[in-house]
Amino acid sequence: MNTSQKRDTVMLALGLVIFAVLYGLMETGVIGSFWKLNILIIGINIIMAASLNLINGYTGQFSLGHAGFMAVGAYVSVVLTTNFHLPFLAALLAGGAAAGALGCLIGLPTLRLSGDYLAIATLGLSEIIRIVLMNIQYVGGAAGFSGIPHLTTFPWVFFSLLATLFIIKNFVNSTHGRACIAIRENEIAAEAMGVNTTKYKVMAFTIGAAFAGVAGGLFAHVFYIITPLSFTFMQSFNYLIMVVLGGLGSITGAIAGAFVVTFISAILADWPEYRMIIYALALILLMFYRPQGLFGYMELTSLAPFKRFAKGGKDNG
Amino acid sequence: MDFMSQVVQQLINGVSLGSIYALIALGYTMVYGIIKLINFAHGDIYMVGAYIGFFAVANAGLGIFPALIISMVLTGLLGCLVERVAYKPLRHAPRISLLITAIGVSFFLEYASMLFVSPTPRTFPEIFDSSVAYHIGEFIVNGQQLLIFAITFVLTVLLTYIVQKTKIGKAMRAVSFDTETAQLMGIDANRVISATFGIGSALAAAGGVLVGVYYNSIDPLMGIMPGLKAFVAAVLGGIGSLPGAVVGGLILGVIEAFVSGFLSSTFRDAAAFAILILVLLFRPSGIFGRDAQEKV
Amino acid sequence: MKFGKKGRMAALLAGVMMLGGVLTGCGGGGGDKKADTNEIKIGANFELTGNVANYGVATYEGLELAIDEINAAGGINGKKIKLIKADTKSETSEAVNSATKLIADDKVKVLVGPATTAPVIAETQVATEHKVPILAPCATSAKVTVDNGKVQPFVFRSCFIDPQQGDVMAKFAKENLKAATAVVYFDSSSDYSKSLAQVFKEKFEAAGGKVLMEEAFVQKDQDFKATLTKLKTANAQVMFVPAYYEEVGKIVKQARELGITMPILGTDGWDDPKVKDIAGADAINNTFFCTHYSDKDAEVKPFLDAFNKKFGHAPNVFAALGYDAGKVLIDALKRAGSDDSEKLAKAIAETKNLKAGTGTISMDANHNPIKQAVILENKNGGREVVAKIVP
Repeated sequence: MNTSQKRDTVMLALGLVIFAVLYGLMETGVIGSFWKLNILIIGINIIMAASLNLINGYTGQFSLGHAGFMAVGAYVSVVLTTNFHLPFLAALLAGGAAAGALGCLIGLPTLRLSGDYLAIATLGLSEIIRIVLMNIQYVGGAAGFSGIPHLTTFPWVFFSLLATLFIIKNFVNSTHGRACIAIRENEIAAEAMGVNTTKYKVMAFTIGAAFAGVAGGLFAHVFYIITPLSFTFMQSFNYLIMVVLGGLGSITGAIAGAFVVTFISAILADWPEYRMIIYALALILLMFYRPQGLFGYMELTSLAPFKRFAKGGKDNG
Repeated sequence: MDFMSQVVQQLINGVSLGSIYALIALGYTMVYGIIKLINFAHGDIYMVGAYIGFFAVANAGLGIFPALIISMVLTGLLGCLVERVAYKPLRHAPRISLLITAIGVSFFLEYASMLFVSPTPRTFPEIFDSSVAYHIGEFIVNGQQLLIFAITFVLTVLLTYIVQKTKIGKAMRAVSFDTETAQLMGIDANRVISATFGIGSALAAAGGVLVGVYYNSIDPLMGIMPGLKAFVAAVLGGIGSLPGAVVGGLILGVIEAFVSGFLSSTFRDAAAFAILILVLLFRPSGIFGRDAQEKV
Repeated sequence: MKFGKKGRMAALLAGVMMLGGVLTGCGGGGGDKKADTNEIKIGANFELTGNVANYGVATYEGLELAIDEINAAGGINGKKIKLIKADTKSETSEAVNSATKLIADDKVKVLVGPATTAPVIAETQVATEHKVPILAPCATSAKVTVDNGKVQPFVFRSCFIDPQQGDVMAKFAKENLKAATAVVYFDSSSDYSKSLAQVFKEKFEAAGGKVLMEEAFVQKDQDFKATLTKLKTANAQVMFVPAYYEEVGKIVKQARELGITMPILGTDGWDDPKVKDIAGADAINNTFFCTHYSDKDAEVKPFLDAFNKKFGHAPNVFAALGYDAGKVLIDALKRAGSDDSEKLAKAIAETKNLKAGTGTISMDANHNPIKQAVILENKNGGREVVAKIVP
């Protein structure tokens, strides 16, 4: 077993332990309903942030339309579970596939744009998706789709999250991922080195969109009703904030960002009028002191104590 | 009304709506031109401008023009303040951090005003006789529409004059072209950037007050959609270009009126975005934008 | 990259661990807030910030007034009522979150709110699971209390349901205004507006009228002129605009500016002094709307005066319905004799001939109140009663 596999195994084991602990605490009622729900939301937000990070952080393509893909995944999966009574897993995968396919379709023309132009184009596309959903009576139009079964449970979220992070981590560390990072660092240089930039940009965009679709499916099955208003560009901003707050181009960062943002909102729930003001100030201050985000490009594992722990004292320097 | 008269009437509706987008888009485009920041807080600056105008009219009993000027001055100062406090410390940070800060400022302005002036919409006292309407044949042009159009026109001319003919305008163009070289030439870039935010915010304030008078209702979240639309208008016209912002705003207004009038208003926003995307695909730097090829 | 290539998996799991650690710490603490036996906790789950905060805040104000009054009068059987508020940010998912917080952490015995329909439907699941009754002050969609023909056991409302008003206004247009043709302009982002538009059309056409054109706008729209120009071309005799006051004011103003002089009809969403302020006193003439009370009614006067005294402005329909919800709740708490959720739900269901702020309320089998309606005409800066509909 090489070190990579070894570390993966260690991490998987660790993940299972965390899962067992959290699950146990939930089942015994130590974690009450409110935090139980918030753990689900944090998990879903991590999937959103990690998948957006693949597009914005690793490939350097400024997408502001992530909520649109989430909406597609959400609507496709609720129609499949509610109206066609398909199993949840199939519905989630179909939602992810639909969002991914749309991402590919949208990515092909728009990813020719760069920087802020791409940002506004993706923002526009996500708004178009939302407006189209608002006009489809089959899914309830603007009033929303109700009667969704409550299928999203902690194990579903946790294992989807684990799968997402595992796939994204492996993608980033693969040849394809390297190509994406090369595009982020300098698109022209990457092209000169023989990287097919369009292909990799669309690939990253598609994968990111697909996971957003899965997250959308999970999100929709937490609540009894979804409305197009849950997927406005303000939501896309929220996911962008999570990614930047945690650190663009760091999976640990995406996790931390999603966690911090959701957590702040939850603990401030007792002061409703001040909640968003405090959040806004916290955001501005964090950007002052950590403009590169909490983790920057770093991962938790690149910190020295963790290295020793994860590799059993063996250092490959 | 026959079809042609409907077209003309929709054109009138669209131009008056577009004038407001244009006023907001000018500020967007100026700020973008100079520090390459999509200032998402701009729509909320417009909202603050509307509220200052409201208090000037409702509490201080001023007329429309004094209220407009007071609002422009105070909001301009607010714009400078926001720039000084929130954006200046990040001048050398990654651009995306600056963008997140702008979103933070936007949230702050929205929710702080929700706290202080309450989320209930306010209505402007009637300071402008809304029944003044000019019937030209079958078409109706409202007095307020003319006012909006006239003020937008005057302000655009004034702005063009400032940017093209005055010293500060020259400095703005220099900083926008190349900040470092401009500084080497003895231009105080920080002052110029402050001035840009001030002027941009003042224009947004004018838009806010006019909207307040025209639609007669303002609320703390009124800036979100117009802010986004104005940004779309700025990109459509070619971001960084002043005539582009005005033309983009007018085009957007007219498109919206036509889609609402001849198709369905529920698809209005979708049509606006679709056209934006099409324009970008075929002319990535917008209608009036300079084509900036990245050099290796 | 400058660090080990296998780092990420480790990082992600460490992150999850951190998440778990912090959460368990906090989760444990939130669960056991001390219960004070001398007070009854009511959760007010409202849109306090966000898009429709104006509706949520107004409803909350009305509710607060009702609760303050009963507390000042010594409470219920010696127990004070404690109102705990939570904010839904005007988002459906957030409403579930805040409802869960009120139920699980604050241990409220009953939920009031939110103001709009979708979040009430969304929070139903969690409330029913915990057997906590919901009293919706102004969610008018029929789906709120009856889902697929089944009455939601823990959901009640204290306002009209949509079909009732649509029916009333269609009859009024046909019989009182003698209109044969109508156009409908509704808010497609609101359940309330959509179902009213539908009912109005059905009833109006059933009575022999004809709806010539239907158009829609979305919440927070500012400019309606383009669509109004289109509606004008239909040359109908009346226009029906079932919507909330903010948009209604603008629609009436812009319609009159475009030379649309026909009567404009509306529903209880119109009931706010702001409509007149936005539209202007001249423009608002020749408009009719259906609502719960007239400010000239003697029985409403105490409420109007108390509200004015506390908040310094006249209540709108949301505030009035919030107040009514408070009254229904207080009455039910008195009759239930305890704050036990199931007894309370039963007591709310048995509400009968209750004199609330805006009229007399009895609950029907579908958990919907039976209450009077009035049709008011905006005329010369005031409102006049043109019809009274007693159930």
